[in-house]
Amino acid sequence: MIVTLFFKELTLELRKKSVISGLALYLFSTAFICYLSFSLKQNQITPLVWSALFWVTILFSVINTVAKSFIGEKKGRGIYYYSIASPAAILLSKMLYNFLLISILAFAGWLLFVVLLKNPLTDHTLFGITLLLAALGFSASLTMLSALAAKANHSNILMAVLGFPVVISVLLIAIKVTKNCIDGLDRSVSYPELLTLLAINCLVAATSYLLFPYIWRS
Amino acid sequence: MNKFKLEWWKVVTIILLYYTVIGGFLIPVPRLHILNESIRMNYFHVPMWFAMMFQFTYSVWASIQYLRTNNITFDDRAIESVKVAFLFGGLGLVTGMLWGNATWGTFWTNDPKLNNTTIGLLIYSAYFVLRASLEDETQRGRFSAAYNIFAYMVFIPLIYILPRMTDSLHPGSGDNPTFRLFDTSHNMKLVVYTAIIAFIALGWWFLTLFLRLRSLKKLQDEAI
Repeated sequence: MIVTLFFKELTLELRKKSVISGLALYLFSTAFICYLSFSLKQNQITPLVWSALFWVTILFSVINTVAKSFIGEKKGRGIYYYSIASPAAILLSKMLYNFLLISILAFAGWLLFVVLLKNPLTDHTLFGITLLLAALGFSASLTMLSALAAKANHSNILMAVLGFPVVISVLLIAIKVTKNCIDGLDRSVSYPELLTLLAINCLVAATSYLLFPYIWRS
Repeated sequence: MNKFKLEWWKVVTIILLYYTVIGGFLIPVPRLHILNESIRMNYFHVPMWFAMMFQFTYSVWASIQYLRTNNITFDDRAIESVKVAFLFGGLGLVTGMLWGNATWGTFWTNDPKLNNTTIGLLIYSAYFVLRASLEDETQRGRFSAAYNIFAYMVFIPLIYILPRMTDSLHPGSGDNPTFRLFDTSHNMKLVVYTAIIAFIALGWWFLTLFLRLRSLKKLQDEAI
């Protein structure tokens, strides 16, 4: 069931294309604005500025991406899903799909930043792992909040309000590891952080798994 | 006419609070470098966080009960205890800032515990926003209960785990020892524990008052 729903999301997305291209454009414009605002003073982009810009860009595109996962659904379709699938399957398929989408976004963002700005990183594998783990954290925490926000008035504002504080713990660790990657520290220094990140992901995912049926029911 | 009578635990709370204030300001404290007399802030700063955590935990319990039973009184308990917890959290920050100004020289430093607590309180501000934007009572109850539990799960790592992994000026972080029973002087222990109990009880008292106010408001709305 989870796999079927997952592929349904994927085919729908590929068929529509407008959302994907919209997100790609969003990401590109943000990265390009960062590039333009520094234009000739590329040398002023210290590694810390790079990391701040990068994570802000990723955060905003991620919130926009995940927000549409439930807010974009039509009213009647929700009832249809409700009758054919269990809430857990729906949540997990959405989470999985969001994870895929966010990872693609994050890696595309990385590529854009390397091309347009510069590449201060020294440890690329570790940074890749961090991106994947952060993507997992984002999708775990934001998917349920998007379901919550979709049912309320002013969904888009609410999504941002609920989402930003909650993902900050994921973001804090990710930024810390990014700094380690930039400084080229030994990998063993970052392991505790990555483990904590994984643990927080599991915690958040488990909590949303338990709570989602209550939200879905209404 | 009803005769006004204080319940026994409220009397105890008042006595303990008197003890905290009088003992907190008058009982001798160890002379420590830099801290000096400002160490007395410990009696008021630490209990705030205990009272706050007590209320947040209670509200999570109420939210779980609400999801299980759909009884609206649990929803009332959840929101009111988050309000009380927010009050204590704010007071904890203010007392901490005053203490920080006396010992570290600034009201706000880039300490992970300070920043993460602020973020934590932001998470709970979002809880109020969520409640305000939902109109249907049962829906509001269910969603806010779900968010409350979720927020608690994020809040705990944010203020208890993450700050301990970096350098911080607070106990239990970086190379600092945790807040331990053994290395606090005897006099201080007495007052600190009394203060913790007193402020938790005071928080509970606030909660009962807030709940009464809420039911009064409901009655008034019905009358109209």
